[in-house]
Amino acid sequence: MISKRIVLKFPHRLADQPIVCNLAKYFDLEFNILKAYIKPKEEGLLILGLSGEEENYNKGINYLKKFGVIVQSLSQGIIRNSTRCTHCGGCITVCPTEALVLDTHTRKVHFYENKCIACELCIPACPLRAMEVHF
Amino acid sequence: MTKTITEINEKISKGDVVVVTAEEIINIVEEKGVEGAAQKVDVVTTGTFGPMCSSGTYINIGHAKPRIKLGGGACYLNDVPAYCGFAAADIYLGCTVLPEYDPRNRLHPGEFKYGGGHVIEEFVAGKDIKLTATAYGTDCYPRRKLETWINIKDVNEAVLFNPRNVYQNYNVAVNLSNKLIYTYMGALKPGLGNANYCSAGQLSPLLNDPLYKTTGIGTKIFLGGGGGYVAWQGTQHNPTAKRKDNDTTCVPAGTLAVIGDLKQMKPEWLLGTSFQGYGTTLTVGVGIPIPILNEEIVRYAAVKDKDIYAPIVDYSEAYPQVKPGALGEVSYEQLKSGKIVVQDKEVPTAPLSSYTKAVEIAEILKDWIKQGRFLLTEPVASVPGPESGLTFKLLKERPIE
Repeated sequence: MISKRIVLKFPHRLADQPIVCNLAKYFDLEFNILKAYIKPKEEGLLILGLSGEEENYNKGINYLKKFGVIVQSLSQGIIRNSTRCTHCGGCITVCPTEALVLDTHTRKVHFYENKCIACELCIPACPLRAMEVHF
Repeated sequence: MTKTITEINEKISKGDVVVVTAEEIINIVEEKGVEGAAQKVDVVTTGTFGPMCSSGTYINIGHAKPRIKLGGGACYLNDVPAYCGFAAADIYLGCTVLPEYDPRNRLHPGEFKYGGGHVIEEFVAGKDIKLTATAYGTDCYPRRKLETWINIKDVNEAVLFNPRNVYQNYNVAVNLSNKLIYTYMGALKPGLGNANYCSAGQLSPLLNDPLYKTTGIGTKIFLGGGGGYVAWQGTQHNPTAKRKDNDTTCVPAGTLAVIGDLKQMKPEWLLGTSFQGYGTTLTVGVGIPIPILNEEIVRYAAVKDKDIYAPIVDYSEAYPQVKPGALGEVSYEQLKSGKIVVQDKEVPTAPLSSYTKAVEIAEILKDWIKQGRFLLTEPVASVPGPESGLTFKLLKERPIE
């Protein structure tokens, strides 16, 4: 079983075509939409939690890529700039999934990318603007 | 047992001074007792790294040709207004000032991405800063317009001068209302959703010298990555605030005005900071050495988080409307555990100042002293203590008829 969070970028020409529903129909994959919007030039952006059997998952990703959809892992999407982060703790109570946690012993903030759902609440909450969106 | 600063400085110059941080002294006092620790240890270093809004820098940019009088005119650094109330080439840039184009809270909560604090950080980092100025012109200063890049390497003086830094303790902020609020203590979730605090606790300078016995005007300090001095008491200095039996204050109390050469400082210790819905500020690194002159001083320096208390204050109603009374008090040990109990509810806590950076500052100051690069100074005057009767007042509003 594979379960990952991915960022899909749809070029303008695909904006009106049903593609993601086919991941369930053809490849028996489950998807959970975390974020969806159309950008100014009618390009689409979807952040999905996608899960299923490994072989089907890989086939599903190839299907998307065949259409020209750009697939990126979410862990490359929300990034903590470690030179700007001072471990002040300003982000931890804002994060709804405890992806940002303060270690009570080391007093350092840890970012667990696998828990991040790209809600982006940490972006303006970080006083040093150390959290960045890259999608 | 007593020591003098002169004796300690001799040891520093010889290279056999014993210096530890305010964390390390805790275990030393536990093992050796107050008497043993006072005999063995010469200096305890403290540190803090957090947002300090009354911070800024004054700069002398040097005269232009022909001359321009910035005093009484208008001057912008990267589109952020600087204060022009001094002489021809002197300006002051505060850390909370915003560019005119910033929308502030018109679409609430504003992001406040760039302000004086960010300009200061970039200036210290050696980046070129755009200076644009207009002036009314005089016979001796005829020029009315100036547009130039400036750099910290080229200006005559760049002096960090912060009227209020290093708060002795601070509030724990909560939100009793049913709406999310944005404050200088961060975003506060409704219904006691979270509690934010801002202090280095047992490492904090004035919590280790609660009655200002060794920290005074002229005390040499670590400031922004370079050396600096205590210039005066800070604004809102409140030495008569409530104290516990260990003499630490259990409400915000003493403050210090600090000064230092910005050219010797480093951008990693002076960071432009943005609080959504509130504004910009500067995160400042300060470290203050405490000479262990006698047993009383080492006893104060060995204070622990569990023995320092902070008041829980509602920032939705009580703070903005100036209503007295706190919702209780908690120790820094409880705050650092990640949860406290307020009105029978378990509330998650978060700091706003970095303890790991505060530890780093105390360690850097310790190294400077051990290497003989930093000698302690005797204050030339004290900052007011409780016996002065000095009390922080609210504004007495007198309407203009």
